[in-house]
Amino acid sequence: MKSLPLLQKLAIAVLICLHLAVLGARFLAPYDPTEQNRASTLTAPSRIFPLGTDEFGRDQLSRMLWGGQISLATGWIATLLALGIGLTLGVAAGFWGGWSDALLMRGAELFLALPWLYLLLAVRAFLPLSLSPWAMALMIAAIIGTVGWARPARLIRGVVLSAKEREFVYAARGFGASPWRLITKHCLPETYGVLLTQAALLLPQFILAEVTLSFLGFGVAEPAVSWGNLLQPLRQISIIGGYWWMTLPVLLVVAVAWGFSALEDALASSNRANSG
Amino acid sequence: MKSDNLCRIIAISVCAVSVCLVVCNLGAAPDLPPDFLRTDAPAGTFGGKLLVLERSEPKTLNPVTALDAPSRDLIRRMTADLVSINRRTLETEPSLAKAWTVSRDGREFVVQLRRGLRFSDGQPMDADDVVFTFQVYLDESVHSPQRDLLVVGGQPISVEKLDSLRVRFRLAQPYAAAERIFDSLAVLPRHLLEKPWHDGKLAEAWSLNVAPAAIAGMGPFRLKEYVPGEKIVLEKNPYYWKTNRSGNRLPYLDQLEFRFVPSEDTQVLRFMSGEADILNRVGARNFEMLSHAARTKGDQLIDAGPGLEYNFLFFNLGMVDAQRFPEIAGRQTWFRDVGFRQAISAALDRDAIVRLVYGGRAAPLWGHVTPANRLWINASLPRPSQSLEMARSLLQGRGFHWNADGALLDASGKPVEFSIVVSSSSPERAQIATVIQDDLKKLGIQVQVVSLEFRALIDRLLNSRQYEACILGLVSGDADPNPEMNVWLSTGGSHLWNPNQEKPMTPWEAEIDRLMRQQMTTLDHAERKRLYDRVQQIAAENLPLICLASPAILVAARRGLGNFQPAVLDHYTLWNVEQLYWRRAAGNARLQGGPN
Repeated sequence: MKSLPLLQKLAIAVLICLHLAVLGARFLAPYDPTEQNRASTLTAPSRIFPLGTDEFGRDQLSRMLWGGQISLATGWIATLLALGIGLTLGVAAGFWGGWSDALLMRGAELFLALPWLYLLLAVRAFLPLSLSPWAMALMIAAIIGTVGWARPARLIRGVVLSAKEREFVYAARGFGASPWRLITKHCLPETYGVLLTQAALLLPQFILAEVTLSFLGFGVAEPAVSWGNLLQPLRQISIIGGYWWMTLPVLLVVAVAWGFSALEDALASSNRANSG
Repeated sequence: MKSDNLCRIIAISVCAVSVCLVVCNLGAAPDLPPDFLRTDAPAGTFGGKLLVLERSEPKTLNPVTALDAPSRDLIRRMTADLVSINRRTLETEPSLAKAWTVSRDGREFVVQLRRGLRFSDGQPMDADDVVFTFQVYLDESVHSPQRDLLVVGGQPISVEKLDSLRVRFRLAQPYAAAERIFDSLAVLPRHLLEKPWHDGKLAEAWSLNVAPAAIAGMGPFRLKEYVPGEKIVLEKNPYYWKTNRSGNRLPYLDQLEFRFVPSEDTQVLRFMSGEADILNRVGARNFEMLSHAARTKGDQLIDAGPGLEYNFLFFNLGMVDAQRFPEIAGRQTWFRDVGFRQAISAALDRDAIVRLVYGGRAAPLWGHVTPANRLWINASLPRPSQSLEMARSLLQGRGFHWNADGALLDASGKPVEFSIVVSSSSPERAQIATVIQDDLKKLGIQVQVVSLEFRALIDRLLNSRQYEACILGLVSGDADPNPEMNVWLSTGGSHLWNPNQEKPMTPWEAEIDRLMRQQMTTLDHAERKRLYDRVQQIAAENLPLICLASPAILVAARRGLGNFQPAVLDHYTLWNVEQLYWRRAAGNARLQGGPN
């Protein structure tokens, strides 16, 4: 971290603070995020409501903190899922090669071309209507994660392809090491750098995916709150023009994207330094 | 000398009289047929164009097959009907028909056409065109959406030409709404459409690509130009049959230009930047924003009050496949209990919906007839304000109770929770759902709000019936109860809570069926009103639709647009387009044929 530029350090610090604040929403949020104060709708920031209220008189600060839980959790779960599937399939394709490689990589290309938004809408139509907000968030994470494995799988396959040709791997093979041992002890450690960089790349993408869905009204439904729900009122120009505090949730999304982008740069530099 | 003087005097007198005649004639009307409709429109300025925005491109210019609102908006400006409903007074008034008579038994109408009528291509219009028009609308192979309106008592109305200016219509049974049946039915030019109709190609005629010379109507404007994806330009119909107060032929405007802008917010931005002259309908917040801007620019922002739209919550009371959807079928025991529905209605804060969702620009509703429909509203219906005590007492009376956490349980101990589906394209209804969700939370009822794409929502409501509750809105095209038949008859496809029943499932639905059918054939207005009042009362007691709010008609027009008189019936702003004009004022670019 010492060698990182100041801006990168700042971005990563903001990211960490955001995560901590969201995790501590229960202690930091001054109000219940769903509580409507119908006499105080769209009020500007004040001592009572530090970041103002929305159209139903709900406290914006509390909603931003609680909303982060669903948005960030969806991003993290989807990323772990995508990396898990990508790692398994990428290693299998790279290590064994041949027809399994060809099959898995054609599959990856197919998944890269899948329009996940429409897939999600189609899946939603078949599910029961009374889904709890967390069940809905998990479903979104499952779909985004399942569809998003292709890119990391292709990168990991490349790393494994190169790793298995290394001399120490040939030596281990010569001493009779099993494929399992070759993968876990010699190939997988080579993929860690790529995995971390991919995680930093995928996380903001997947968080944005959840935000987009909720913004369009297809994500978690009221009264649960996510950052996408908070952005919904901004579809009306009268809100953007007249109530500036309603645009504050945009800063959260920007901060997350900026933070993860800085983290990814830092990880990529560190990878280059290690391989160099 | 005497004769010279005499000649001179005669010559001077003739000249003076001629000059007087010329001077007096300057402001007089041209020689138009006496039968033309002289409107009350004050004298305006001729010329200029009006820029109007539509949410989407029209699908067709064919009045017989048009279904979508943009198509109908355009077609209405290019066509005319025999009798019109005045959008402001809600009463009928003569249109192409100069007058009409109704037989004593209410089954026969004789319509007298105006003399000297011509289509926009200059061809004369007479009784043959009227007979042809109704033949086309009634032809089952054409699949006109208007056909159902022309079937009375199970039989299509019969049309007969008496002479070139008189047509007789015969109905199988008396029709209470009488001449309102003719409103919005565009009279078609036989000389242009008879061949396509005989060839079975009427549905394909008058598509958007039609040449301007191949389309004609009786409306104030005619087609000039269509630029796909961008605009449709209409020009003044030189053969129009309405005049202003001074007898000059309308319309005032030379051109009417429709541009396609999909979102309301973009339309508002265009209006603010001067790229539109009229906004047909805007939401409450945009209206407030425009009002602030109007203080400096002088634009006309008008709140015409609640329209005929009513928004409501309803439960799935129909037959649901219990094998496939056991949860919904189980919850229908609550929904079918009128006490449960009354408790839900009592718990809802309609004033909060009006304030929070519509910024105060709406009317709370306790029945499906809105305050705008002053001809038919039952003013004696109770209008109770929110009462959680009343709701709790109603629920207790039905065996519901609460656990220690305050959650509502039914008699078998099952927690009361359900989902409400709303259309993702209607932010207002999603906001109503949020208010309802919070109100019902106070009763211990957990509500999930599910946003669905509109077509998926309609499929669930009418086909799969896989829903528990829904928030929807309906808007009638007329103040009369008859267009609502499909909603209130138990056999109706829009009887949303339980559509297309073979026989009424409940006694109160059977009673509504009887009353609606009876009012349709009752010619005495007072008796009809009594019957429809009873329908409203039964609906308010049994609450198949828990009515919530009727939003106000909020419209805007640029400063300088004369005769701008918004109405509560659609089309809210262009219903009197022939009377709209630009006031002569310095800098009026529209009148001077300026930019855009």
